[in-house]
Amino acid sequence: MIQLKGIHKTYFGAQPLHVLKGIDLDIAEGELVSIMGASGSGKSTLLNILGILDDYDEGDYYLAGTLIKHLSETRAADYRNRMIGFIFQSFNLIAFKTAVENVELPLFYQGVGRRKRHQLAMEELEKMGLTDWATHYPNEMSGGQRQRVAIARALVTHPKIILADEPTGALDSKTGVEVMQLLKKLNSEERITTIIVTHDPNVAAQTNRIIRIKDGVIEE
Amino acid sequence: MIDLDSFHELLQTLLRNKTRSFLTGFGVFWGVFMLIALIGGGDGMKEMLNSNFEGFATNSALIFEQPTTKPYHGFRKGRMWSLNTGDIERLRQQVPQLDVISPMASKWGVQAVNGDHKFNSNVKGELPDYARVEAPKIFYGRFLNEMDIAQQRKVCVIGKKVYKTLFPNGGDPCGQLVRLDSAYYSVIGVDYGGGNMNVNGSAEESVVVPLSLMQRAFNMGDRIDLIAITARPGVAMSDITPQIREVVARAHDVDPTDEKAVTVFNTEVLFGLLDNLFHGVDLLIWLVGIGTLLAGAIGVSNIMMVTVKERTTEIGIRRAIGATPRTILAQIISESILLTSVAGLSGILFAVLILQMMELGFTEDGIVTAHFQVGFWTAIGAAALLAALGVLAGLAPAARAMSIKPVDAMREE
Repeated sequence: MIQLKGIHKTYFGAQPLHVLKGIDLDIAEGELVSIMGASGSGKSTLLNILGILDDYDEGDYYLAGTLIKHLSETRAADYRNRMIGFIFQSFNLIAFKTAVENVELPLFYQGVGRRKRHQLAMEELEKMGLTDWATHYPNEMSGGQRQRVAIARALVTHPKIILADEPTGALDSKTGVEVMQLLKKLNSEERITTIIVTHDPNVAAQTNRIIRIKDGVIEE
Repeated sequence: MIDLDSFHELLQTLLRNKTRSFLTGFGVFWGVFMLIALIGGGDGMKEMLNSNFEGFATNSALIFEQPTTKPYHGFRKGRMWSLNTGDIERLRQQVPQLDVISPMASKWGVQAVNGDHKFNSNVKGELPDYARVEAPKIFYGRFLNEMDIAQQRKVCVIGKKVYKTLFPNGGDPCGQLVRLDSAYYSVIGVDYGGGNMNVNGSAEESVVVPLSLMQRAFNMGDRIDLIAITARPGVAMSDITPQIREVVARAHDVDPTDEKAVTVFNTEVLFGLLDNLFHGVDLLIWLVGIGTLLAGAIGVSNIMMVTVKERTTEIGIRRAIGATPRTILAQIISESILLTSVAGLSGILFAVLILQMMELGFTEDGIVTAHFQVGFWTAIGAAALLAALGVLAGLAPAARAMSIKPVDAMREE
């Protein structure tokens, strides 16, 4: 599903920063993997490249057989929308939209009609057990509920991969466990390739494979 | 791009911060209101000013006598002299550039009487072609004609105030008799002309009779008080003024260079002055109006800038889940257009309302005396200007929003 070959990335600032120094990585369809690494190791950069949020300098990145390289902003936005579901540490829900409106948003950008959009979003919320919370705003919900809304939003477009950046980072241990169970369940039941970036060994331990990254290279 | 969904998105973002949207919009609202109100008000004032000169030929002049200021032909300066009927023929023959040459004699404070009703009027002796210099607004009957002159008919045309006082019951007064001093004159017309540019007294308070009749009735001989002239099309009155003065002066032993003695009062100069004034006022109106409007638009741009900065994370999220740069651009610019046009259209509406009320206030006898209301196309133009300003105001904030990368937004935490 994901193929990285010799990915290099340098940030050109006042001092050029060589962050990724040749990343080779293969992730098969339906895998549940975690990426671990200390802060500054390049794991966020890797995640940004995987999520087509950032470009890379050297190498090749194939996502579901498509070469993702030097895309225009418009193409990148389109691929992000159709192939990738994001889950963030801080949920990143839009505060002035209700739960169901937040879930609808990716479909809005796909140009899906209002009624169809609403129906799909409600289905997704139902899976998360949030039907009763559909018309509530994010600040009226608990952290766990918000993260589940975010997961519903990530899933509503039926993406090829789910990228989760510290999905339990802002949650207490109990809800964190619940969210992890949810992700595991989605992975096993719907066979969605899931990549979790974390520095929590307990979270990493629940995945099929742990990829450790240090100083811009992968150490198995 | 303009469908119900996008519109709903726009409303949601604008209504999220109602006070701010309102205050921002108010700048534009006030700008447009000022512009439209000033344009309308200016036009109304212009019309009111112009109505003072209503019916007066623009390329005209009045010739009248004053005591001489220069000695000439052995006469001392300060001598009184008088225009007479012969000057008409002299001018007609020696200054072919003139079109109408119409004399007028006048007498102030003559009591006009109809039964118990009295009015202290000005009696003016005129010829029919005087109507070509100062057009009368005939309400009843007619103005003087050649037959009145030829047959020396004892007829008169009365002004509006004279008519209202002498005939308080209204109705057509034509055929009735009015006494001036000791003679009776038959009313043939009522002149409602009310311009404030008066020649020998206001038209409203005048009684006009045939010139020759007046000269005899009031023992004036062939003396006249004033000659009204208009130039032929294409002839500038100021160019032929010296020639006119010379023709008149020679016949009366007056120095042809004595500008005071033979006064040629050129309305062209007056109208030119007025034109300049109007141009100045127009310029001021546009300067102030457009300036205020621009200030409003810049306010919108500024606030949108702040809004974009505030919404960095939100825009980043939208980008991450699939919004293209174009979508973001369209959204910011549409927000700007929506804000400016809603505020601006209310401004136009409010201004039109105020102007309408002013127009009602200046209505007399159901006749609008000054049109304050702006034209339909002016309003359309203002609306188009607003839309353009909305786009311009949205450009800078939109450019900033476009430059937001999803990654940056995520880091904003």
